[in-house]
Amino acid sequence: MSATHTIVNLPDQRTATLPKRNYLNNEDGLLSWLFTGDHKRIAILYLISITFFFFIGGAFAGLIRLELLTPQPDLVASDTYNKFFSMHGIIMIFLFLVPSVPATLGNFLIPIMIGAKDLAFPKVNLLSWYLYWIGGLFTMAALVLGGVDTGWTFTTPLSTHYLNTHVVTAATGVFIIGFSSIFTGLNFIVTIHRMRAPGMTWFRMPLFCWSNYAASILMVLGTPVLAITLVLVALERLVGIGVFDPTKGGDPLLFQHLFWFYSHPAVYIMILPGMGVISEVISTFSRKRVFGYTAVAFSSVAIALFGFFVWAHHMFIMGVSNYSALVFSLLTMLVAVPSAIKIFNWAFTLQKGSITFETPMLYAFGFLGLFTIGGMTGVFLGALGMDIHLTETYFIVAHFHFVMVGGMLMAFLAGIHFWWPKMTGRMYPESLSKLAAVTTFIGFNLTFLPQFILGYLGMPRRYHAYPPEFQVLNVLSTAGATVLGVGYMLPLLYLGWSLKYGAIAGNNPWQATGLEWQIQSPPLTENFIETPVVDHEAYDYEWLAHKTAQEVTTVG
Amino acid sequence: MHISPVLWQFLVKWLNASALFPREASTIAPYADALYFFLLLITVVGLVLVGVLVFGFSIRYRKEKHPVAVQVEGSTLLEATWTIIPLALFLIVFVWGALLYFRIYNPPTNAMNIYVVGKQWMWKAEHPGGQHEINALHVPTGRPVQLTMISQDVFHSFSIPDFRVKREVIPGRYSTVWFQATTPGTYHIFCTQYCGTNHSAMIGEVTVLSPDDYDKWTQESTSGMSLAQNGERLFASMGCNACHSGSAAARGPNLAGVYGSKLQLASGSQVLVNDAYLRDSILNPSQHITAGYAPIMPTYQGQISEDGLIDLVEYIKAMQNNYRVQQTLTTSQSNQAAPTTPGTVKP
Repeated sequence: MSATHTIVNLPDQRTATLPKRNYLNNEDGLLSWLFTGDHKRIAILYLISITFFFFIGGAFAGLIRLELLTPQPDLVASDTYNKFFSMHGIIMIFLFLVPSVPATLGNFLIPIMIGAKDLAFPKVNLLSWYLYWIGGLFTMAALVLGGVDTGWTFTTPLSTHYLNTHVVTAATGVFIIGFSSIFTGLNFIVTIHRMRAPGMTWFRMPLFCWSNYAASILMVLGTPVLAITLVLVALERLVGIGVFDPTKGGDPLLFQHLFWFYSHPAVYIMILPGMGVISEVISTFSRKRVFGYTAVAFSSVAIALFGFFVWAHHMFIMGVSNYSALVFSLLTMLVAVPSAIKIFNWAFTLQKGSITFETPMLYAFGFLGLFTIGGMTGVFLGALGMDIHLTETYFIVAHFHFVMVGGMLMAFLAGIHFWWPKMTGRMYPESLSKLAAVTTFIGFNLTFLPQFILGYLGMPRRYHAYPPEFQVLNVLSTAGATVLGVGYMLPLLYLGWSLKYGAIAGNNPWQATGLEWQIQSPPLTENFIETPVVDHEAYDYEWLAHKTAQEVTTVG
Repeated sequence: MHISPVLWQFLVKWLNASALFPREASTIAPYADALYFFLLLITVVGLVLVGVLVFGFSIRYRKEKHPVAVQVEGSTLLEATWTIIPLALFLIVFVWGALLYFRIYNPPTNAMNIYVVGKQWMWKAEHPGGQHEINALHVPTGRPVQLTMISQDVFHSFSIPDFRVKREVIPGRYSTVWFQATTPGTYHIFCTQYCGTNHSAMIGEVTVLSPDDYDKWTQESTSGMSLAQNGERLFASMGCNACHSGSAAARGPNLAGVYGSKLQLASGSQVLVNDAYLRDSILNPSQHITAGYAPIMPTYQGQISEDGLIDLVEYIKAMQNNYRVQQTLTTSQSNQAAPTTPGTVKP
């Protein structure tokens, strides 16, 4: 694609400079960051933090794949391996996937997108970042003190009676991180309800706000259940209250119910904000309003609501009654429908558009493919009889990595590239970033497609050593993980490089319609000098064309 | 399943020879595979559809070809189409999956019963004839086999991929799974629920034998004492027979014929006596007082191992004649009426 066809509308690089005053240079010194109330600065703090944890979690993933290169348990001892996958799961889920889009992009963009100067509770927002780090440090402490090997699920009675590792420390960490998540959700809900600019009605709001709103409902209602569950685990472990202990009249299945009551909705906490990013990106690079805006908005809310009623599909083989299994299977099928609706809406947004293939768009296309596979394989697992064979095998590992890594992480990278010019005022290098997107896509498929086959063959998850007939597929998977690792390292390097050497982006490099693109890049601390009055819908490209024409006339 | 049987046979043969597909070694496996192929098919169709749309539109409406976008509001017809078609497909999958689930988890009444105790980190199988095996299980072809399973410590999960069956093995409650093996050979038993340090070493082998070979194996490996006989000895040594003597004046109820019957409790409720009930009333007797008896039985919590409980339950089962009745309902909370036996309170 030649440069003439790109829609990037960059300022003249010889004369362009970053705006003199912006949120990054408004105040100087470390303390001005650590005590900031600015949602944009907090978003940057989060971005640095989750990137840090992502690469720690990723290092564990690498070690896991390296061990599984051979069937023999030859790299590390089995308890070390168990600690690897436990730390990988705990870090990636609680410290990366759950906060990734909401706490970074959501924090940065939601107030701007609705025309507000900040979130409703700036100090609570800062507090939630501190809670995130306090929780993160507890988790790191568990790691440094010798690790924890419960898996990320903390299943009792294993976690309460049969392990000598740092279960309580890790659970405390997750408990605290949970509050960070609750506060973020609460802040978003209040902000979106109370602080929209004049004219910004619910149905003029960008879909990114809708999906983060839906995810916030889940965070606020679901996370306390996780907190309660972890408190019970800690009490059971420390003083033996016996809620989950069958020898004391407790019920180990109760733990499963409580845990999945949070942890299934948590999947939607992770994926919904990502879906918001995809809506923005696809709309912008096809220059079209999102096909069926209302359907996409309501399907987010539908996913959030239905998401609370499907938790027992994690327990089909655990001896829940056949009839409750029926109900949960049916509800699981229903929750798959809004996801299908979204996929087709995104595809049809491209129809009659004027499409360009910038890096965020490549990631979004990657998302569409991988999320379709992830979603459809979820239907395999929701089908009762099929679930019996597939659950607890590598099929499930592949499935949720397709949804959460193929879906969520692709969406996150799409979003980071998309809003990078707004956040930093500079462009990333175009060809290198495209290379990274393609590398990630190839590496991802090579890593996780073989795992579907492994799963149907019956290879159980969380196995340190495995029968030799599974080796070929595991070698493929490890090779894929290596490519994937390169795909993730590249953005870290070139985005870092672009902070200093990237081209000056200008206010609206993508010619997008969102309010965030109508202000300077990087924005002022107060976002808007005057509160904007919104008189058009999100994704109204005709309004944008009109506005641009007017500006040209007034200047000319 | 609904494709030509010849083609199906051909496909299965080819797949069984391929390293990308597990062997089909039970009567359930073909049913599971049929659903699997249907799901694969709709996944591939869905993926191709999305791919064609995305790539088709990308080529047709790329900026060079189509410099100005045409704004489209949406379309109720299209929205309805892609809501209803996926919904219909998912409902088909739901019904199909549910039928398969009931087929896999509802054992036939004539199944032979084998007990399995899971513990860190081994599988212990106990045959009614008293044969014990560790990380091994011998079963005959052509007969339905029901496993009654319990864990002695943490969650485990009993999985035989080549049979397409799996069930969680739970501390404190019996769970069951059944299968009918079709092809002699050896197959993996995996523990698929993470259970601690040596989780990945908790692998066993199920050996499927022809009925003749199986009889030979049972005779060769008998310990001389059946589970019920072990239970009888335990019943005497724990002093159970002092109260449950079977006489009219005894302090505890007569246990002959109690298995499979409906029992009237002092609390006024009725229960179906199955393996789970018997196990629990040995461990928590004060919660299961039979109507007409004083709550004097002590708990045996911590005094009997899971193996011992299995022996006792087998002995109590064997104390009566309607053994076959509710063998199949050991874990489900069924309200179905079961035939009563003289000597118990009629519901």
